[in-house]
Amino acid sequence: MKDALLEVRDLRTVFETRAGRICAVDGVSVAVRRGECLGIVGESGSGKSVTFASVMGLVKAPGRIESGTIVFDGRDLRGLSPRQMRAVRGRDIAMTMQDALTALNPALSVGEQIAEVLEAHDETLPARGAARRKAIRKASIEMLGLVGIPSAETRLRQYPHEFSGGMRQRIMIAIALACRPKLLIADEPTTALDVTIQAQVLELISDIRAKLGMSVALITHDLGVVAEHCDRVMVMYAGQVVEEGPTTEVIGAPKHPYTQGLLASIPRPALRGQPIHPIEGQVPDLIGLAPQCRFYSRCTQRREACLAPVEMRAAGPAHNARCILIGGDEE
Amino acid sequence: MSLAAETPAASETILRRNLATFTGNRLAMLCALIVVLFVVMAVFAPWIAPHDPNETDLFRRLQPPGWMAGGEWSYVLGCDALGRDILSRIVYGARISIFIGIVVILVATTIGILAGLAAGYLRGWVDMLISRIVDILLGFPYLIFAIGLMAMMGPGLWNIIFALAYKEWVIPARVVRGETLVTRELEYVEAARALGASRGHIMLREILPNVLSPVIVVATIRMAHVIILEASLSFLGLGVQPPTASWGSMVADGRAFMLEAWWVSTFPGLAILFLVLAINVASQGLRDAFDPRFSE
Amino acid sequence: MSLLKVEGLSKHYEGRRGIFDRLTGAKHTVVRAVNEINLTVEKGEILGLIGESGCGKSTLGRAILRLHEPTRGEVTFDGTEVTALDAAALKAMRRRMQIIFQDPYACLNPRRTVAEIVGLPLKLHGLAANDAELREKVAAICAKVGLKPGQIDRYPHQFSGGQRQRIGIARALISHPEFIVCDEPVSALDVSIQAQIIALLLELKREMGLTYLFISHDISVIGYLADRVAVMYLGEIVEMGPVEQILANPRHPYTQSLMSAVPEVDHAGRNKRIRLAGDLPSPLNPPKGCKFHTRCPLAIDACRSQQPGAETVGPGHTAACHRLAENLSLLDETQA
Repeated sequence: MKDALLEVRDLRTVFETRAGRICAVDGVSVAVRRGECLGIVGESGSGKSVTFASVMGLVKAPGRIESGTIVFDGRDLRGLSPRQMRAVRGRDIAMTMQDALTALNPALSVGEQIAEVLEAHDETLPARGAARRKAIRKASIEMLGLVGIPSAETRLRQYPHEFSGGMRQRIMIAIALACRPKLLIADEPTTALDVTIQAQVLELISDIRAKLGMSVALITHDLGVVAEHCDRVMVMYAGQVVEEGPTTEVIGAPKHPYTQGLLASIPRPALRGQPIHPIEGQVPDLIGLAPQCRFYSRCTQRREACLAPVEMRAAGPAHNARCILIGGDEE
Repeated sequence: MSLAAETPAASETILRRNLATFTGNRLAMLCALIVVLFVVMAVFAPWIAPHDPNETDLFRRLQPPGWMAGGEWSYVLGCDALGRDILSRIVYGARISIFIGIVVILVATTIGILAGLAAGYLRGWVDMLISRIVDILLGFPYLIFAIGLMAMMGPGLWNIIFALAYKEWVIPARVVRGETLVTRELEYVEAARALGASRGHIMLREILPNVLSPVIVVATIRMAHVIILEASLSFLGLGVQPPTASWGSMVADGRAFMLEAWWVSTFPGLAILFLVLAINVASQGLRDAFDPRFSE
Repeated sequence: MSLLKVEGLSKHYEGRRGIFDRLTGAKHTVVRAVNEINLTVEKGEILGLIGESGCGKSTLGRAILRLHEPTRGEVTFDGTEVTALDAAALKAMRRRMQIIFQDPYACLNPRRTVAEIVGLPLKLHGLAANDAELREKVAAICAKVGLKPGQIDRYPHQFSGGQRQRIGIARALISHPEFIVCDEPVSALDVSIQAQIIALLLELKREMGLTYLFISHDISVIGYLADRVAVMYLGEIVEMGPVEQILANPRHPYTQSLMSAVPEVDHAGRNKRIRLAGDLPSPLNPPKGCKFHTRCPLAIDACRSQQPGAETVGPGHTAACHRLAENLSLLDETQA
């Protein structure tokens, strides 16, 4: 894809467990373009977080990347040594976690944690001495200001527990952005937050994206968040991408029965008095999956042809979905 | 990743899963086997011991082990100052050590569980009272405390059990109280209250099964400790009275002949070492399997 | 007559005072988690209780059931004053008032089978003559909430989050209660499972003639299923009324900002955001006057000193704000 900052092809990440082999990410291809905000939607177990943990090289045992290529800004990340990968993490790609309280180190002050990232990655800093310390301090204050934390100078000395949930999420974003990464991976940045605070944090991410010209991969389960903040969206189900395209198209005219079902089952005031039609059943067990459409057991439009492997099909110029109903030929 | 944790194989209970982890730990299994062998030895002592442990024979006074000059293979570990067979006395001595270990731990754990549950669930003055008693008892050095009690009550099997259990219960009590404080806030406890369950039901049926794992682990670790304490008391002459064989008193008996007849003290000492070591390693395996939080 | 009537209900938590504090006569620190709440729930309706974390909505639900003993106030259920009942009468009352919890993992005892968990209310209240009858009733209610009969001897960890929530619902319903506090029953679930549980709760309500107090932080859910809505902020109800009224014409600035903050699939980018300054104040040290004034764009001097009382602004619609008479709306202002 043209102007893709991150391009992942046919990624497979597996977990070997006592109960069996779990293919958490099964042939996922995804591209994040420069300056865009890509939304990644899926329920728990869909593989949305594991996909990006793989990109960051953060998949822990018993998990491992089995195959696929991950190209970031022209470099193949899978070919990098752990040392080179560490240099990429934090400087070029940064990630924020869902739970800011456990993701921040409780024993270090906020200032120290921002400084840590700058120390590790920022080459523009003066080599050593008072000038370096001063530059780090200045940059830290600037970062806290950027994420909208007032009286940054005194706040730098405080510890994570002295901040509220929304503030902690901002601090984590500040740490992630300290080295002006080209890509921010935001893993459920607002799930733990209240709606009024959620709105603040999401707007903050959008503002900074515009200001710094970075790309954002926003992992979420909330289609509402995607609708309001993302340029493109990718829907994942049971380890596969089932639909991707411009947000307006995917939300406005979803092609995959799963996306359709998901949108139809969100309870909202507009549906008052009408019964909602939930998707019946549950996400299939990822152990020992048959090579068929993963959504088969829950799909209202399933037919025999769905029992064969289903590939992504074009549903529009930039809109693809993994369903045999697209394109008319049902064989 | 949480993925693995969310897909448990069907028909697997927590207990079975924990047991599988434990049996997968070979060293712990080996040690558990050694402990079981000691217990079998104690139970079937009359059939296993080659001689009567109290039969004295002054002709065999301080007879060396079978493989040394002057030894006899039928008295494989040699004889003590009264010519009694050391192997037979070790076999019988296991009865005392293991019996005291088990009874003290059973009594202490039962009291500790009840006290810990009451303190952790009822809170208020009950917690105040129990926690203060626990703090005070913890303030005394264990052995000196037991020696004092034994000196007051005089020696004897049941007195030892009392002297050791008197303080031992505070350890399970503290563990159970801590676990109860956490568990009582969980929603299933609240659900039971919302359904109209009594306090007794909640403590014994809802909370207890969920705090039992760490208690079992602690109990096994402490059992080794209690066996050492019993040996220490017997060594000091405050334990089981002669002629009943006890490892601690056997070590003490051999003290006077350490240079000319090292075997009198050494073999019962080794018995204590092996049993305590085996219990400790096995309980560490239990701890890893049942309560991952406890392992460092 | 209302099925449930709550009058002046408060739940305050006192900070612990050490010996030193007592000697020096230091005052207790008091957290007013729930303060002077008045509300009614009619038979057969769903009252939605909405608010952000820490606003006291869960505490209110538990205080109504006396799971947390209220500090002050009265709760009357079907003519009986619940707050005055002794232990035995309260136990009998528990059969009629139940609760469904938020966390499908914490709400089931991991060491008990589904049959034991769901059958517990029958045992406690002597509603089954023998084990066979108990199992029969458990199987019946489990089938009703969508569990398979073969699953009742399994342990909770063998189920997914959605199925566990069904088990919790079966436990609450097996004694045929009339009133249920639903404490964020779908917040911890995935979107497609949320819809299943909501559909189930609505179906059960119709079938069994239930009344719900539905606690949630999600306006979309409340807007979909509630008949009336109460909005809570820092332990107090700031606005209450029929759901259509609250959705179409929210009068309290907090309600307005709450509604504008919800990201919606339907009208992406349509509504303007009201940016609230700052975070929820600490309940340990709540602001004087109107509790919302620290974040309210409309706050005037009166708001900082006097607490506004609830005023009627429409049929069955009340709000507590000093500036109601001016008929201001944050939504209009920001759109202009």
